[in-house]
Amino acid sequence: MSAIEVSSLQKSYGELRAVDGISFSVQQGEVFSLLGPNGAGKTTTIEILEGLRQRDAGDVKVLGLDPWSNGYTLHRKLGVIPQGFSFFPKATPREAIQYYADLFGVKTDPDRILKSVILEDAAKTYFEDLSGGQKQKTGLALAMVNEPQLLFLDEPTTGLDPQARRNMWEVIRELKRGGKTILLTTHYLEEAQVLADRVAIMNHGKIIISGKPEDIIMQHGSGERMEVRGDGKLAEFLKRDTGLEVNFDGNSTISIKIREKHDALVAVESLDRSGMNWDDLRTRRDTLEDIFIRMVGGVIEEAGEIKEVKH
Amino acid sequence: MVSFARIVSDLKLFGRGYLRNKIGLFFSLVFPIILILLFGSIFSGGGGGPIPVYVQNRDSGQLGAQFVGVLNKTGTINPTLVDNSVDFKQYLLDHSSSEGIQIPGNFNSSYAQGKPVSVTVYSNPADTSSGIVLSVVNGVVNGFNYRQACATCTPVINMNQLTITSQSAKYIDFLVPGLIGFTVLTSPMFSLVNISSEYKKSKFFKQLSLTPLTKTEWLTSKFIWYTFLSLLSFLLMTVVGTYLFGAHVTLSVLILPFLVLGPLFFVSLGMLVGTVSKSVESAAVVGNLVTFPMMFLSGTFFPVNTMPQYLQTVAHVLPLFYVIDGLNQVMIYNNIGPMLNDVLVLLVGAVIVFASAVSLFKWRED
Repeated sequence: MSAIEVSSLQKSYGELRAVDGISFSVQQGEVFSLLGPNGAGKTTTIEILEGLRQRDAGDVKVLGLDPWSNGYTLHRKLGVIPQGFSFFPKATPREAIQYYADLFGVKTDPDRILKSVILEDAAKTYFEDLSGGQKQKTGLALAMVNEPQLLFLDEPTTGLDPQARRNMWEVIRELKRGGKTILLTTHYLEEAQVLADRVAIMNHGKIIISGKPEDIIMQHGSGERMEVRGDGKLAEFLKRDTGLEVNFDGNSTISIKIREKHDALVAVESLDRSGMNWDDLRTRRDTLEDIFIRMVGGVIEEAGEIKEVKH
Repeated sequence: MVSFARIVSDLKLFGRGYLRNKIGLFFSLVFPIILILLFGSIFSGGGGGPIPVYVQNRDSGQLGAQFVGVLNKTGTINPTLVDNSVDFKQYLLDHSSSEGIQIPGNFNSSYAQGKPVSVTVYSNPADTSSGIVLSVVNGVVNGFNYRQACATCTPVINMNQLTITSQSAKYIDFLVPGLIGFTVLTSPMFSLVNISSEYKKSKFFKQLSLTPLTKTEWLTSKFIWYTFLSLLSFLLMTVVGTYLFGAHVTLSVLILPFLVLGPLFFVSLGMLVGTVSKSVESAAVVGNLVTFPMMFLSGTFFPVNTMPQYLQTVAHVLPLFYVIDGLNQVMIYNNIGPMLNDVLVLLVGAVIVFASAVSLFKWRED
């Protein structure tokens, strides 16, 4: 049985189609990521799955239950960090864990949970005094109090500094190793690539592509290429000289598509023959980000907004 | 199904957080004490112009009128003449006055003949104004005695001092229940309006909705906490009022219904205001619109019957009026009938507001 089954899900706010007929499923033990810019419909989707919002149309099953009508039963089996998690300002993470344990009526060892999210040092600090990363970890700790098999993490690293973000990734990886099923939303493409077994890229309420990150890159990426710093004249020369597919970004990066290993040698020889200035030679593959840029025509900025790029 | 264990665990977390919040504690416990000290000092006699005193001049001669004239000239007391036909003591009781001066009928003639005669002064030792009245009358009496050419040098006029510990309720007696009502209103109202709109914004409610805690349990825990605070405030007000200002209040278990129904009403009302408001800011505005008129018009700082008639009519639709009126009935007048009426009004109101708060307040949205 899949942990999550979604088919043709729809949700509108007035005229806005926030979620426009998406379908996907998440298997037990899998880390699945909904990826996309702000306003793509990720949070609406995850909140429908959590039973916090009612859907307009489509079928949704979470652990075999309809989240809206069976919310009360379902919530005992779920762990959730809502976007921008917050708690009583004057309570410590340890008290928060004890509170949740009391509410769920379960026995728990706060220290063990604190340790599992690397939060032992802040056990006695008031929530209001915690750093952004520590607050999110408190949320994660609470999500684990009732020992759920399924976790919903809605933008768990948004607004964190790179160090805290990597720290959080480590904790999520540990949960994955422990066999948890995790649905993760994020607008950081790197995060999805690092953590997720499978991703679904969303934009304007639709899933534009989904699958394993490697598969997506394989199918939709442009494969391996060689990049070198140089000017437009050099790019023209390379194109004529090698007959390979050569692109110039209009600035200083020339990219040469490598279809077979021999192409690389041809390219380097041609560079040498050109007698022109070039440096910073490297090879690279497409990342999810490259594919996103190609499909959507924009990059997702740090804050999650989309910014158009000319290609 | 309401779980008592969950209410207790929520109460534990909330109460602990509340006690850790110094500003909240100040406004719910310390601020009302400052108010009672402030209002108690301003209005319990002392400063502020001549003290109004009822005077009954039974003397038909000229000296009695002269005596009243001199009292008036002191500028400290403002004598109001009372008709000779009335029972003076009863008159004072009826007018809830702690001070009164009675000049006997034989005042003029006795004085002329050098026979001892007494001016009667009614006073209440617990009232600071009484002390002033006594000393003023004493001074005037001395003055009249010196004017009398006296061979034997024994004073002719004596001051006959009578205590009037009538049911004359003083301002402080009203202030104690009034300020208890003030706390019963403001602590839960301001707090719940803020919490409910703030938690909605920060999505904390959403998060709680993912736990087994129910809305009713959540609101019940707040109600218990604010009942506890109102009991605490009751103790503080009564102690300060009684020991510092000599307030006369009757303590009785009949006070309890108001210390429970009041918080129930205002916790629910605060929740309701926070729930129906779109933002934290608009919730604060609506909260103030509801709270402030109630704070001033329900008999908190001044007894309602000193207000103009139309404002008294307004007061009767304010829930806090019934809390304070009920407390007054028990603590000052010991009137069970009107008190039961107040309990009934509050009970019905509180149940309605609680039920609407719980049903309108949404953990999750659709």
